[in-house]
Amino acid sequence: MANVGIVIVSHSAKVAEGAADMVRQMVGDQVPLAFAGGNADGGLGTDVGAIMAAIEAAWSDAGVAILVDLGGAETNSEMAVELLDEDRRGRVAVCNAPIVEGAVIAAAEASGGSPLAVVKQVAEELSPQ
Amino acid sequence: MTAAPPADLIARLIEAVAATVTAHADELTALDQAIGDGDHGLNMRRGFDAVLAERDATAAKPLPDALKAIGMTLVMKVGGASGPLYGTLIMTMGKELAAGATPADAVRAFGAAIDALKARGKSEPGQKTMLDVLVPVHAALVADPRADVAAIAAAAADATIPMKAIRGRASFLGDRSIGHMDPGARSSSLIIAAVAGVLEG
Ligand SMILES: [Mg+2]
Repeated sequence: MANVGIVIVSHSAKVAEGAADMVRQMVGDQVPLAFAGGNADGGLGTDVGAIMAAIEAAWSDAGVAILVDLGGAETNSEMAVELLDEDRRGRVAVCNAPIVEGAVIAAAEASGGSPLAVVKQVAEELSPQ
Repeated sequence: MTAAPPADLIARLIEAVAATVTAHADELTALDQAIGDGDHGLNMRRGFDAVLAERDATAAKPLPDALKAIGMTLVMKVGGASGPLYGTLIMTMGKELAAGATPADAVRAFGAAIDALKARGKSEPGQKTMLDVLVPVHAALVADPRADVAAIAAAAADATIPMKAIRGRASFLGDRSIGHMDPGARSSSLIIAAVAGVLEG
């Protein structure tokens, strides 16, 4: 698929899954989508291995936009990106945007074929600069 | 740090750090409950339990590779921001050290690791984080390789109490973060004390 993929990373598995449901409702299967929520024990937190697996699952040659909730999700997502193969690293963007609204608007933008930089920019317009 | 640390030294470092994290897990959680999400003790314990479980395989590696393995285990297991933060610190030390490193090399690698940590956390000293312990400890070691780092680290952790948090969940509390020790500063001081106890003992 040529559209940018979307990955949702929340401390909560329920938030991650629920946000992904909202994205699916909006864009169906036009956008590769995956989510990672909770730590490795199933508690609240984020899991670098699960984030890497989600990036792999939502991989698109156009790249992947990651939407995160709080600080640990951002730090763990940036760590996961750094652990990717070098040719993929530059095609993944962690977006500074509200997780639910950001994921939905990023996916809507991605479904129209926009490049990663535009998908990221549209999501980040939701955050006050 | 000796020129060629025996496997025994790496194993003893792992045991000492894991033991102190376990012994203080409830305290770290209580500190994090006061100004954060209350997961620091549990997360650190999960990470260092995993490091301890890999002790023998890790201790068989040369020191740089052992540090990289410990850091990667923390990245993958901790489950909070402290995973990539401690992981980056320890992995960078592994990358910067050659086998047969001198104590001066180790202090230089520690400085490079702190720089990598600043980039990972997008943070600087004075923001009520682990950097407020690591940076003064590094400065003391640069000035005197025989500095009493356990005492310096403990005092530096205490000095985070009056600080206002600028990074992490504690920053959401604004002025209400004042009057509490930063949990990451405390865990850093505990780990430094444990490492110093093994290296000096
Ligand atoms: Mg916490």
